[in-house]
Amino acid sequence: MENKKEWPLWEIFVRSKNGLEHRHFGSLHATDAEMALENARDVYTRRSEGVSIWVVESSNITASNPDHNGELFEPAQDKVYRHPTFYDLPDEVKHM
Amino acid sequence: MNNNFIKYLYGIADNSLILGQRLGELTGHAPSLEVDIALTNISLDLFGQVRSYFQYAAQLSEDDITEDDLAFLRTEREYLNVLLVEQPNTDFAYTIARQFLFDHFHMLLMTEMQKSKDETLVAIAKKSIKEVSYHKRFSSDWIKRLGDGTEESKQRIQKAVNDLWRFTDELFHTTEADEAMIKEGIAVDVKMLKDVYYKNVNEVLETATLEVPELKYFQKGGKEGIHSEHMGFLLNDMQYMQRTYPGMKW
Repeated sequence: MENKKEWPLWEIFVRSKNGLEHRHFGSLHATDAEMALENARDVYTRRSEGVSIWVVESSNITASNPDHNGELFEPAQDKVYRHPTFYDLPDEVKHM
Repeated sequence: MNNNFIKYLYGIADNSLILGQRLGELTGHAPSLEVDIALTNISLDLFGQVRSYFQYAAQLSEDDITEDDLAFLRTEREYLNVLLVEQPNTDFAYTIARQFLFDHFHMLLMTEMQKSKDETLVAIAKKSIKEVSYHKRFSSDWIKRLGDGTEESKQRIQKAVNDLWRFTDELFHTTEADEAMIKEGIAVDVKMLKDVYYKNVNEVLETATLEVPELKYFQKGGKEGIHSEHMGFLLNDMQYMQRTYPGMKW
């Protein structure tokens, strides 16, 4: 077991329907991008959840630092006027 | 004609049934979660195809039988799958090599079956071919990864390919029933698929930096119901529930 190297981690994004955006579905291990796509197909779309898959090696993602949550996100909390809640959306506009 | 047709269906369906059972044995035992799900997905694809063939065979038969009778209640000699698919999983290399050697054949078979005079077979082939082309991609990709991977993976996959190679020739044998159905324009003449099969398989092996085995003598018998010593154990596992609790349903 001491020789066992873990395969790199990949983040999986799946578009469930044409017209919708890709959404983060989860992550899995694979040796390369091709295998990540095949694994994603088997792990995440076997109940026909998707029509398109993106895979990104997790190490390529730059994430925000939770320690900076205060300065990054709190200033927005008291600015309710930025929400589009002050006018009515027509029913025809879906997925907003 | 019906008897020959039913036997022909057994031959095709039993390949998928027995290989599906072998892959099913790996549930929870594959090297990683991802591969585990992939292999059992393939297994389920194969069982789905088997159901189509057996439902059709049951319909053609004069006896009052169901798809379950055909899958679970025949004796060893009545199964007409090739020897290749009943070979044990042994390790991941053998599992992939067996899959690879079968998938390339399966793909050619489904491609040709779409030209059959029998509409049901054409429909089954059209549905199956998408599944099979994914299987072929999956196993061929793994052959390349293992062959062109580490020293150990290369040595192991080469050994598995060498070992299973002697079962490949049988894929292109025909039985009397097969020949009768070929004359009717219903069966695929698998003899014609041999050259392109070895060409395709050898190409992948070369890309994988593996050696193509040179072999003069091949094993056969499965198609006539003469199986290897592994088959009895496999059937024992597969048939256990139906034999212990006849007629049991989920």
